[in-house]
Amino acid sequence: MTLLLVALGAAVGAPLRYLTDRAVQSRHDSVFPWGTFTVNVAGCLLLGFLAAHSGGSGVMALAGTGFCGALTTYSTFGYETLRLAETGARPYAVLNVVASLGAGLGAAWIGMVIAQALTGAS
Amino acid sequence: MHDPRLPADPGTRLPVDSDVELRVPEQRRELARAPWTTLGAISAGGMIGALARYGLGAAFPHDPGAFDWATFGINVSGCLLIGVLMVMITQVLRPHPLLRPFLGVGVLGGFTTFSTALVEVQKSVEDGSSGTALAYLAATLVAALAAVWTGVRLTRAIAGVRTPPRPGPDARSKVGAAEGGAR
Repeated sequence: MTLLLVALGAAVGAPLRYLTDRAVQSRHDSVFPWGTFTVNVAGCLLLGFLAAHSGGSGVMALAGTGFCGALTTYSTFGYETLRLAETGARPYAVLNVVASLGAGLGAAWIGMVIAQALTGAS
Repeated sequence: MHDPRLPADPGTRLPVDSDVELRVPEQRRELARAPWTTLGAISAGGMIGALARYGLGAAFPHDPGAFDWATFGINVSGCLLIGVLMVMITQVLRPHPLLRPFLGVGVLGGFTTFSTALVEVQKSVEDGSSGTALAYLAATLVAALAAVWTGVRLTRAIAGVRTPPRPGPDARSKVGAAEGGAR
């Protein structure tokens, strides 16, 4: 059952990353990889929320391991950073690392705070 | 149009974004040309990658606040493989149009995870293991970047791809032009 939930979440998360990346890229002309940045930070916010909310193992498998895991990507983030550095856009490579890690940690923290506020209120 | 049986032009530049690069005409068109097969290939690949990640996480569990070796290994190996894949499909082979969506966007994107890695860091901080958190954040980043670099360089060396000359100061327009011109 858990396997099915993980697969189902990933079946939605992975194509949503692709579609978001396309949508973001079509709206700007910067060399900075805003598309991957967007999905990674959004995924951190949701997973931070889920980690602190403890909605049960089924919810975690579907929305956490499956959806957030497949929506976000370290391989694309790592590859883009290397390519930015290789193509002479080294400041962008550094910016990508600092902004992605900083915003990702911040988003995860905000997600946890929201979950704790909701849990405390109920 | 290239004959798909011919090898790719080794002078073709690698894109910056491995998921999708709208500056590459073939990738810009792929969703309109075959929307459901493209999204289906990504979806199927994502399921395979995520299940493999889940399996490795279950096989190598970690205590709260301890170093999450499973996610570390998943992200680093996924980075090595994306480096290999991107050189192979851009500069060595002339692959099936669904190979990048399936393997790169789907399998490797679904296998590796940014959110789990960063939420692990956040949880370690909350558990009072700030040292582990910082070590995990830094180790993953350094090892992942080294892995992509190794994957790209090793594949280029083995396949005999000569590194194309560096673009000029305005990298982004030259990259786009080189991609467009080669296709």
